[in-house]
Amino acid sequence: MVWTIATEACLFVYLLFSFVYLGAQQRGPWPPQGPLSLSLALPNTAILLLSSGVYMWGERGIRRGSQTQLRVGLLLTFALGAVFAVIQGIEWHSQSFTAQSDAFGSLFFTITGFHGAHVIVGLLLNAVVQIWAWRGTFTADRHLAVTNAGLYWHFVDIAWLFVFATLYLSPRWM
Amino acid sequence: MEMQSTVSDAPTETLRRIWETPSGIYGQLATVDHKTIGKRYLVTAFLFLLIGGLEAGIMRAQLTRPGEHLVTPEVYNQLFSMHGMTMMFWYASPILSGFSNYLWPLMIGARDMAYPRVNALSYWTFLLSGIFLYTSPFLGQSPNDGWFAYAPYSLGLYNAGLNMDFYALGLIFLGISTTVGAINFIGTLINMRCPGLSMSRLPVFMYGTLSASLSIVFALPALTVACTFLFLERRFGMHFFAVEHGGSAMLWQHLFWMFGHPWVYVVVLPAMGMVSDIIPVFSRRPLVGYGFVAGSTIATGVIGFAVWIHHMFATGVPMMAMTVFSGFSFLIAIPSGIAVSAWIATIWTGRPVFKTPMLFSLGFIVVFVIGGVSGVVTAAVPYDWQVSDSYFIVAHIHYVLVGINVFAVMAALYFWLPKITGRLLSERLGRWNFWMMFVGVNIAFFPMHVAGILGMARRVYTYPAGVGLETVNLATTVGAAIFAVGILVFVVNFLWSIRRGALAGPNPWDAATLEWTTSSPPPPYNFAVIPTVGSRDPLWEGRVIGEAPSALALRSTLFSGPVLDHGRQTMTTSAIDAAQPVPQSMPADSPWPLILALAIAATCYGLLFGAWWLVGVGIAGTIVALAGWLWPTALAGTPQSDPVTVGAR
Ligand code: HEM
Repeated sequence: MVWTIATEACLFVYLLFSFVYLGAQQRGPWPPQGPLSLSLALPNTAILLLSSGVYMWGERGIRRGSQTQLRVGLLLTFALGAVFAVIQGIEWHSQSFTAQSDAFGSLFFTITGFHGAHVIVGLLLNAVVQIWAWRGTFTADRHLAVTNAGLYWHFVDIAWLFVFATLYLSPRWM
Repeated sequence: MEMQSTVSDAPTETLRRIWETPSGIYGQLATVDHKTIGKRYLVTAFLFLLIGGLEAGIMRAQLTRPGEHLVTPEVYNQLFSMHGMTMMFWYASPILSGFSNYLWPLMIGARDMAYPRVNALSYWTFLLSGIFLYTSPFLGQSPNDGWFAYAPYSLGLYNAGLNMDFYALGLIFLGISTTVGAINFIGTLINMRCPGLSMSRLPVFMYGTLSASLSIVFALPALTVACTFLFLERRFGMHFFAVEHGGSAMLWQHLFWMFGHPWVYVVVLPAMGMVSDIIPVFSRRPLVGYGFVAGSTIATGVIGFAVWIHHMFATGVPMMAMTVFSGFSFLIAIPSGIAVSAWIATIWTGRPVFKTPMLFSLGFIVVFVIGGVSGVVTAAVPYDWQVSDSYFIVAHIHYVLVGINVFAVMAALYFWLPKITGRLLSERLGRWNFWMMFVGVNIAFFPMHVAGILGMARRVYTYPAGVGLETVNLATTVGAAIFAVGILVFVVNFLWSIRRGALAGPNPWDAATLEWTTSSPPPPYNFAVIPTVGSRDPLWEGRVIGEAPSALALRSTLFSGPVLDHGRQTMTTSAIDAAQPVPQSMPADSPWPLILALAIAATCYGLLFGAWWLVGVGIAGTIVALAGWLWPTALAGTPQSDPVTVGAR
């Protein structure tokens, strides 16, 4: 799991490198239509961060043997993750540019698309772990699946922080 | 406490029943036996060497005489692109994975790799991605922009066919195979070594593969990103490389070489490692400077990667294309200097025996040094301006790649095939094989340096008469033909040996490492008991070896130990010093890796032809396969093997 995450993290590094590189090569403003609006993205970032916190809380539960805390934690994480994905969809539709308009548009949709795909994989993993959790598979000292799915979810979360900082924030200062 | 036994008393029938793949088609398709997978890798990659060689042969026939019209310029473009891609991606690295897959568990006293089903997935995706790439010649639309596919010629505006879509999708597909394979190697090296086999006792080959695997994990995503961009730009009207829309053709070069530079180590470091393990056996003494060689192998991978990335961010000049191999030569100068010194010192202070594997190892050193010198020459920048994109570069890359990769692979085939087939190859044919390849390589590629200095441009389908290029080109073609016959001698020798070759027995070369303790070929369970290792050369313990005044101390227990016959079990130990052994349950044969690979192939073909229903089928198949893969084992397992880890294996 750790090495899968490592190689996926590198994927994001190269994606964001491309964004920064093309940004530095531009003659005109970057993004061409001015910095992206934060009105949806900022609260959405908070939602994703919260979901990671809730997951940790649920995991802490099973470490003490509490099935209920684990189940509630997983369920809430799933709900928050799903809300994030929906808001991200709205964000996509509210943009004035498309993936075809210029390099910025292509990078924006490709990078957030890659991240969105990771969110969906994270949600699917969460669903599988959830089924086990409701069946009562896990115990205080046997819950590696919970830990691994959690690692993945935190990775998705951290990757978003970098995507957010690069796509939304960095052009404001560059 | 586990049941202890000696090899002769071990319940080998039970073990065989547990580990053997049932015969029949289902068994063949579902097997996760690392030995079967390793053999398949070796055969498939060797076939790609032959196919790549066939393409080279057609190119050489075209270039034998000036003004020849055997192929059109467009076909020539496709030929050198397919040749470069096939050799670099579908032969050079996978053949090394084949050795690793077959040998690693045997070298570390284990019964399988860490993730056997991932291993099967790695092979199937390798095979299917190769089939995917080789669909292109049947449509007459093979990649035609060289193996590094520079923009803008790769873009739809200039290159409208499916050619470069095959390139982009084929490499993304192969990347899945390479990545999961690398993760499997890393996991295996960290967890699966038998008790006592600490990091300081590993064969150098394993360090080479570890270093290559780390490079893959960190660098390969750059190629995946580049190819994704390329595909999106070509097929979905997006903009990454086209300058008119705010893109940059340089972005492709950056991404490609962030990957391409480490990739050179990927095809070289494991090969150097194999030679480091073969030379001591035929010098009849342990490797001189083991620590330095192992350490510099890791350092090359890590430092080379870091320095290259730094280059990328700091300079951004469009020079990396031509200096990549020479930059590589500079960087690798120190570790390869260390390695070459260690090999020569080992031979010098040993009592060398010149069997075929040793001949190829020596040929390897010679070609390695010549290739290194021409590389250092190109690393001088003004000189580089003079020769770049000429045949000097083609000569250099072939010395490096044929020398360091192909010769090492030949040495390894002669050395380890007897373990795999149980029979020795003919020494007589082996000598013919070696001398034809050695002479052929030099006749073929040395004159290419001259052609380059005379100004012959690479990637051009012909050249004019009367400018002094006739002789060198004729020589090159003759040399290539001799080299090709050398390869054919190997094929004949191999086919002869599996029927008539002398029986090898467990240890035909009187080598020192664990793979030589089992029978040849090894039983399905590899080891009847899990050995305990106490030194770097366990099979030489108790004997006077090399210059040592007295016998090596007896430290290992190779022929008695835990049996582990409660289902598929092997031993895992701690990461650095291989202590605290814990039995680990391993997954059995499974059809899901193949189904998953087929689903990915369907997705790739769907994307290629724009057949969205097929993409849908592929994605649905992927989800079903992953669910099937993870599901049945969910509730099984020992306390150490929780659902997801076992599921992933
Ligand atoms: C006898 C064996 C071989 C012969 C005769 C041969 C011949 C050639 C020829 C004629 C070219 C094209 C030169 C040009 O027009 O630019 C070429 C390119 C190349 N070869 Fe080989 N080759 C051989 C083996 C190999 C091997 C074993 C490898 C790698 C492991 C390899 C890797 C390459 C690469 C990377 C290119 C550059 C392709 C490009 O321009 O994009 N070759 N080779």
